[in-house]
Amino acid sequence: MMPTDVPNTAGPSAAEESKRVDRREFLKKCGLAAPILLGVVRVPLLEAQDSYDPSEHLYGMGIDVNKCIGCGQCVAACKTENDVPLDSHHFNTWIERYFIRTDEEVEVDSPNGGLDGFPPKAFEGADIRRTFFVPKLCNHCAEAPCVQVCPVGATFTTEDGAVLVDDEYCIGCRYCIQACPYGARWLHPETHVAAKCTFCYHRLVDGLVPACVEVCPTGARLFGELEGRATPLARFMRFNDLQVLKPHLNTRPKVYYANLDGEVR
Amino acid sequence: MVSQPALPMVRLPEFRSHKLPQQVPRLAVVFALAAVALIAARYFLIPDTFGETGHYRAAAVDSIVAHPKKFAGQQECALCHGPIMDERLAGNHRGLACEGCHGPSAGHVANPVEVKPVIPSERDHCPRCHAYNPSRPTGFAQIDPVAHNPLMPCVTCHNPHAPEPPMVPGSCSACHGQIANQKAVSHHASLECVTCHTAPEEHKTSPRAVRPGKPMERAFCGGCHAEDAESPRNVPRIGLRTHYPQYLCWQCHYPHYPEAS
Repeated sequence: MMPTDVPNTAGPSAAEESKRVDRREFLKKCGLAAPILLGVVRVPLLEAQDSYDPSEHLYGMGIDVNKCIGCGQCVAACKTENDVPLDSHHFNTWIERYFIRTDEEVEVDSPNGGLDGFPPKAFEGADIRRTFFVPKLCNHCAEAPCVQVCPVGATFTTEDGAVLVDDEYCIGCRYCIQACPYGARWLHPETHVAAKCTFCYHRLVDGLVPACVEVCPTGARLFGELEGRATPLARFMRFNDLQVLKPHLNTRPKVYYANLDGEVR
Repeated sequence: MVSQPALPMVRLPEFRSHKLPQQVPRLAVVFALAAVALIAARYFLIPDTFGETGHYRAAAVDSIVAHPKKFAGQQECALCHGPIMDERLAGNHRGLACEGCHGPSAGHVANPVEVKPVIPSERDHCPRCHAYNPSRPTGFAQIDPVAHNPLMPCVTCHNPHAPEPPMVPGSCSACHGQIANQKAVSHHASLECVTCHTAPEEHKTSPRAVRPGKPMERAFCGGCHAEDAESPRNVPRIGLRTHYPQYLCWQCHYPHYPEAS
């Protein structure tokens, strides 16, 4: 009995023996395969994070005027992030306060661009009918007049829709400052090159939002892709009546306003 | 007569020879020099990367991208300060990024030990957003910094990461002061706000998400103003079926300040 029993329980036959993988062998093979499998999966992921392809993006900004509280955080953050001089003449973004009075006069002020907030304003004569804040910045026009007039090609539009300035190539001729209908261009007092909002391009390429959008406490500013992606901006554009500033100039701005009053210029 | 035909016979073959006129090689040299000068000028004047991706210097984008970041972004904050982040995201400051109050903190992310972000605890910080300003949108939480618990730092009563009003507004006029003032001098002065409006309790804490209601049928105003209404005799009456029956009353009459009669 014993000699016939033992082979039956220990190993059935030579063919079956060769198919069997014991635990040690299996773990060894797993150990060998792991780096290969992980390598295949990880390599494309790493590449996607490292390289930024501007042709895959088209950026825009949404501004909900009904949500702006005029705190000026965006102005301060922009000045910090982009090393804009802290005086009251140079701004990439600023906030305007509108007063529409009962006698149909419109008053607009922007003390220090809204950097320090807005002190209360005393009125004589007429009452205020409506009053609100409007954040403004470069509209990153698809048909940008400042790009059109630049004689040396120092102002340009990137594939992802940002209008940028080549600091080293700009000759400081100020044509762009004259051409911009939104007053968004300014000459840097130290470098003497024309400067502007870049949509914080150095942040975009790392997947971050512009500094003004990052610090906006009420979500009045939204940033994202204009085409084909699920972003808060896409929802904003779907559910709001959108306006742009000075649409009659056909500059095709990429900064879209919701709840914008007709008096805003 | 004899020499006349000979002259053209001699000159014509000379003219037809393959020798170029003098001015052609000279012009060619001038053109060649001009072409060389143009190519040289283009070589030296046009920057290396100009025109690679458009009518601009492609390298300019690299130098713009190289600009150092001052704001790290709240994703970075979440890596170390998860619990505070969770608390903030569940409260009324969910839309306010960390660096909105604590300032640009890319330096803190790079060197968390030596560089510390600011912790604003002075009383003048919060009024930047929460001081009363008539231009701010209706419903945004605002106080009068002069009258509101003078000299007390805001953080004594409010948790800045999940602020709640210590007590919800006691009356409608706390937020809707302008309407309250107008109603006080109108014929409707004696009416409570909730006589006409439904005011859900949640409206006090989420004023924009939960809206108060207003009368949506003419019969409501008709309760006092219809011809057969049981109300004091001096209340103006109107025929509900004959007086612009297709409109709701408040589409023409402003109930907070109805016409003086």
